[in-house]
Amino acid sequence: MSKVRVLVGTRKGAFILESDGKRQKWDVSGPHFAGWELYHVKGSPVDPNRLYASQSSGWFGQLIQRSDDGGKTWEPMDNKFVYDGVPGTHQWYDGTPHPWEFKRVWHLEPSLTDPDTVYAGVEDAAMFRTTDGAKSWQELSGLRGHGSGSRWQPGAGGLGLHTILLDPSDPKRMYIAISAAGAFRTDDGGTTWKPINRGLKSEYIPDPNAEVGHCVHRIALHRSRPNVLFMQKHWDVMRTDDAGEQWREVSGNLPTDFGFVIDVHAHEPETIYVVPIKSDREHYPMDGKLRVYRSKTGGDEWEPLTKGLPQSDCYVDVLREAMAVDSLDSCGVYFGTTGGQVYASADAGDSWMPIVRDLPAVLSVEVQTLP
Amino acid sequence: MIRIVLPAHLRTLAKISGEVELEVNGPVTQRSLLDALEARYPMLQGTIRDHVTQQRRAFVRFFACQEDLSHESPDEVLPDAVVSGAEPFLVVGAIAGG
Repeated sequence: MSKVRVLVGTRKGAFILESDGKRQKWDVSGPHFAGWELYHVKGSPVDPNRLYASQSSGWFGQLIQRSDDGGKTWEPMDNKFVYDGVPGTHQWYDGTPHPWEFKRVWHLEPSLTDPDTVYAGVEDAAMFRTTDGAKSWQELSGLRGHGSGSRWQPGAGGLGLHTILLDPSDPKRMYIAISAAGAFRTDDGGTTWKPINRGLKSEYIPDPNAEVGHCVHRIALHRSRPNVLFMQKHWDVMRTDDAGEQWREVSGNLPTDFGFVIDVHAHEPETIYVVPIKSDREHYPMDGKLRVYRSKTGGDEWEPLTKGLPQSDCYVDVLREAMAVDSLDSCGVYFGTTGGQVYASADAGDSWMPIVRDLPAVLSVEVQTLP
Repeated sequence: MIRIVLPAHLRTLAKISGEVELEVNGPVTQRSLLDALEARYPMLQGTIRDHVTQQRRAFVRFFACQEDLSHESPDEVLPDAVVSGAEPFLVVGAIAGG
């Protein structure tokens, strides 16, 4: 019988939640790396026992951990992320030039074909790659060097490269997103990049239609249709059908279109999920009700999913890395909150139950579907 | 023998219990001591000093003999009591955040 393994990164360590295919009873292990911030933990699609974790602290900086046994044991790997050449500057919050400085790894994206190859999205925004299982990292500096880097400006959480999507049909095509620069695409394996932000409209920047400067919170795709992307922007839920050449808004009847997470059903490429958050001033759900919204039409028409979720006095946030889906026949959907809950739905969102309620604030959720 | 006391998180990372004891060749300075420490425990690279600049990380402090040595030159010779092993060199995670 299939199993699922949920990898949870929190403000104070990592947790691994495991269940059989029914997804009703869960074993919880952790905290791994107790006391450290775990921005992201993700497994290799090729070798599910190969896990990578981004561990960091304000005191002791960045570490990268690797497990070859599904998270039972870990080894620290290379943690040296050095920008190529002279790093140059990006814009600071006040608009002045600020030298590029490495702060942390926000996202680790293992290759779809090689367990030793992993892409890392870092703050200050850049992309790194290892091809030796995290024994060494090299920058794909064409991203910062494509021309607009000096105009990138950090979002409130920093200038982080937080989303990396690999195209399953074309190993040379990747998408990334940066707060607050926008989305970018490479068609040559990361050598050159282009901004793909046409159609985004952001009232919080001087030119709402600018080529870069948009605070993209998350993008997602379905592996069967890698040219179709869904985006939760700071405000607005967006979609593109041509690999980012043009976006259109699909917020439709959402009660608010601010939020962080967005994900796609494992088997239905037009079924997508978001968690609306009241506003960028408040960072909690509307009316104290935690609701996932699902669209079965690729956006525009949304339905609230509330069964099993708190519908009063709930003021948690759901951060950008904190939603994932499994690929069991009945698609499982998972998300974590800043209040330390990890909710699971074994029926594509129709009903929910908390796997755990009292973890530290959840930063990331990933799911592995195991044989 | 030089004695070094690391903060709990770094002892866990390096799988160390108690103090570290090291031989340091040549003058015993912050730099030579930390070079020797990182040579024995490579996983500590980048956690005490920045990888590129080799400067002390902002929230790490160096204490010895009831003195804060954090702002001393990394090439200043450490106190005799540290060099002789009578007193440990303390790597401390600064109090921050309330």
